[in-house]
Amino acid sequence: MALLEVSNLGIAFGGLQAVSQLDMTIEKGHLYGLIGPNGAGKTTVFNMLTGVYRPTEGNIVLDGQDITGKTPEAISKAGIARTFQNIRLFDEMSVLDNVKVGMHNQVQYGLWTGILRLPAYREKEHEMNRKAHALLKIFDLDGEANLKASQLPYGKQRKLEIARALATNPKLLLLDEPAAGMNPNETAELMNTVRSVRDQFGIAILLIEHDMNFVMGICEEITVLDYGRVIAHGDGKSIRNNPKVIAAYLGGD
Amino acid sequence: MQFLSYLISGISLGSVYALIALGYTMVYGIAKMLNFAHGDIIMIGSYVIFFAFGGFGWNPILSVVVSMVVCTILGTVIERVAYRPLREAPSLAVLITAIGVSYLLQQVAQLMWSPDPKSFQSIVAGAGLKPLELFGGKLTISAEAIVTIIACVVIMVALTAFVNHTVPGHAMLAVSEDRGAAQLMGVNVNATIALTFAIGSALAAVAGALLCSSYPTLSPTTGAMPGIKAFVAAVFGGIGSIPGAFLGGVLLGVIENLSKAYISTQLSDAIVFLVLIVVLVVKPTGLLGKKINVKV
Repeated sequence: MALLEVSNLGIAFGGLQAVSQLDMTIEKGHLYGLIGPNGAGKTTVFNMLTGVYRPTEGNIVLDGQDITGKTPEAISKAGIARTFQNIRLFDEMSVLDNVKVGMHNQVQYGLWTGILRLPAYREKEHEMNRKAHALLKIFDLDGEANLKASQLPYGKQRKLEIARALATNPKLLLLDEPAAGMNPNETAELMNTVRSVRDQFGIAILLIEHDMNFVMGICEEITVLDYGRVIAHGDGKSIRNNPKVIAAYLGGD
Repeated sequence: MQFLSYLISGISLGSVYALIALGYTMVYGIAKMLNFAHGDIIMIGSYVIFFAFGGFGWNPILSVVVSMVVCTILGTVIERVAYRPLREAPSLAVLITAIGVSYLLQQVAQLMWSPDPKSFQSIVAGAGLKPLELFGGKLTISAEAIVTIIACVVIMVALTAFVNHTVPGHAMLAVSEDRGAAQLMGVNVNATIALTFAIGSALAAVAGALLCSSYPTLSPTTGAMPGIKAFVAAVFGGIGSIPGAFLGGVLLGVIENLSKAYISTQLSDAIVFLVLIVVLVVKPTGLLGKKINVKV
């Protein structure tokens, strides 16, 4: 059974049909690309998958569980995590605390245990710190754990967003334009990071990206959206040569 | 010596403002709304103590604890019933609702306990604490002032530790910075906002107990003026900031008391608001306010 099965998904804002009849199947451990011209509805799809928008039609099934129309926190718990097109870190919190917020779903202890700092609390706190540091290390951020998130350079902020998303222990990670604003060296490094995240965590990754080298370089499967509809689906090579895709990007009919 | 005495009672008054301001500032920071009913929760809490301690003769500490429990329940119920349904509504609608809740509480209190002021017995004196005499009796500090200042400092330290070092505290910080992102990281936003109201209301009960012990009259409008001044203190210190509420509250109390003593009793409130205006003109985010990030 596939990890994510999206069938006939659609959403309308008033009279505007932003996305319609979207079918998408993501297998466990796959690297999947969602591309399309500006305004094609890619981020809208992310917002439906994560519960920010409630789809007006269709279903989203994650690992056998129907998550259509659930709240973002329930979906986060079910196993989808994401990053944002425009970075949305908790700027005033430390790098470490940003990651720890991501673990929120997994820690259970009472209010008083926390206030009184009972041993049970300290043990969990210790465990969380250890996990958070381990995650930061993967992204080479453990040296900056105590800086405020806003003090990190841009490229590292993008990495921290991925680390924070991974802290929620997802089955599927959504990356919204992870390479935006990066130079070619940083992009190449990010490609390696994304691959190694998939390998280390054994999770599936769905990403939106405009950098075609990036998408063609790492995605095993690609869906192309235009005006909210799927116009092509396949591997990098077939997408690259698909006349509909070329027309959508370059114009013409 | 007299100056010192005015200063200390100013700090004490300011500590009460600070406790109330904490409720305003936390709720503003996390729920992004001004809870104008906050002052009236103080009034309800004070009535609870008035009846528990003054009426039934309960132990003063027990009375305060009962008052805290009542206020916590009241605060969370108000949040659940009046504010949560408006979570996605324009902020003006929420503001009007909060003003409505404020008047509702005042009117209900008038119906239940009549508008006549009641004389409040100091719980601090009731606990058997005596004024402190220093310099061979030249300087007397009331027990109420000492308890108020100590209570305020202890609560400040505890609250700061709670927010910065616990999981629910981190959730509060995360929600205050970016509610949407926090929710997508699995933070339960409704529970976090409810917790904020619970803490703010419990602090309001403590503030009410201390306020009415120092200024021993109680009526259904008792909470209104301190509520507004505490709101001023929160804005003065930088709304959304916990140390800002503390600083703003204490400064406001000191300015108010010193201008009462040395300038004019009638003008003291005017002076307080004048200082607020000057501060906001010079530094629109308040003394310790965060700079406002505009997200695009």
